[in-house]
Amino acid sequence: MSGFTDILGHADDNLILAQQLSGWIASAPDLELDLALGNIALDHLGVARALLARYGELEGKGRTEDDMAMTRSEREFRNLLICEQPNGDFGQTIARQLLIDCYQVGLWERLSADSDPVVAGVAAKALLEARYHWRHSSTWAERLGAGTEESHRRMQSGLDAMTRFVDEMFDESPDLRPSFDTRLNPVLARAGLELVVSPFPRRGGREGIHTEHLGHILADMQWMARSYPGAKW
Amino acid sequence: MVIGVKADPEAIVAGVCDPEIPYLSIVDLGIVRSIDSDGRAVTVTITPTYSGCPAMEFIRSNIVEALEADGFEAAVLTVFDPPWTTDAISARGRDLLASNGIAPPQLREAVVCPRCEMASPRTVSEFGSTACKALMVCSSCGEPFDHFKQLR
Repeated sequence: MSGFTDILGHADDNLILAQQLSGWIASAPDLELDLALGNIALDHLGVARALLARYGELEGKGRTEDDMAMTRSEREFRNLLICEQPNGDFGQTIARQLLIDCYQVGLWERLSADSDPVVAGVAAKALLEARYHWRHSSTWAERLGAGTEESHRRMQSGLDAMTRFVDEMFDESPDLRPSFDTRLNPVLARAGLELVVSPFPRRGGREGIHTEHLGHILADMQWMARSYPGAKW
Repeated sequence: MVIGVKADPEAIVAGVCDPEIPYLSIVDLGIVRSIDSDGRAVTVTITPTYSGCPAMEFIRSNIVEALEADGFEAAVLTVFDPPWTTDAISARGRDLLASNGIAPPQLREAVVCPRCEMASPRTVSEFGSTACKALMVCSSCGEPFDHFKQLR
């Protein structure tokens, strides 16, 4: 059974990642990537909405998915720190996505057998999508890693920027780590890239202790709903 | 306005099309899970093709509008389980896609160009104009086309 707070954590991972990815819309390196990152963002947003709604239902205080997304403050968010890390350049975005995709494929495989039927249904759906996201992120990681000197440098520095946030993904379920490694390592090998183990891993997202970036993300994401409470289209 | 209940809810729902693929009925797309009617009250259960499909809200309101136009009271429920896969697309739906220039879902390696039917396309982008399509181009005739991605 996924606990109450587990649902919220997974919902927030997807919500914050969707918000970050959508920052590429109209500014990706080319039109195809614009569409790709926008579509991946939409998948994550759909998962977040379903899980936030479920959390609100189980909580029983009448909070809707919109209330959850738009009126909580930074310390009430439970997303992993990696999800709130900046887009950086395209290499950094692909590095972040590759690591999250490798984690989420294993996570959704597990949660698709969850005892909560709604969570299990969302996870089974998300699993098919995560595999496709991985196909995109791993292809790009290989293309950039094994590409030019410059693309390799950027892809590697993208991974380096994310390495501090990898351990946190496995704090609650260390047994997801082997499937993550199995999925990630062959990609890195083909790409000539390395995930260096960070001597200073960061954690705290699941307890609401975030990096400096989340506050800025929320300011951008929530300002409309907070400035005009109850506004409708 | 007094409207008699004559029409068949199933036929009405089958008349609602995907807004992105306007010749494809949502029944042929395989997203309609059930249609339960109790007199004038009809409950339609649908499932999204992709978790974040932005067309769902539009499809939901189109179903309600179509049913209400024939005097029904409509409710639309959304379920995720079991997940929709491209296997749910009917044979008629696949034919409609192909005859309208969209390669129907199958393994990427087996896709043939909907224009010249040569089996030598290459993938331009894993993500095309909508979440459900990839963008390909035929290496033989040069035609760019959408491939309805196989999801299963």
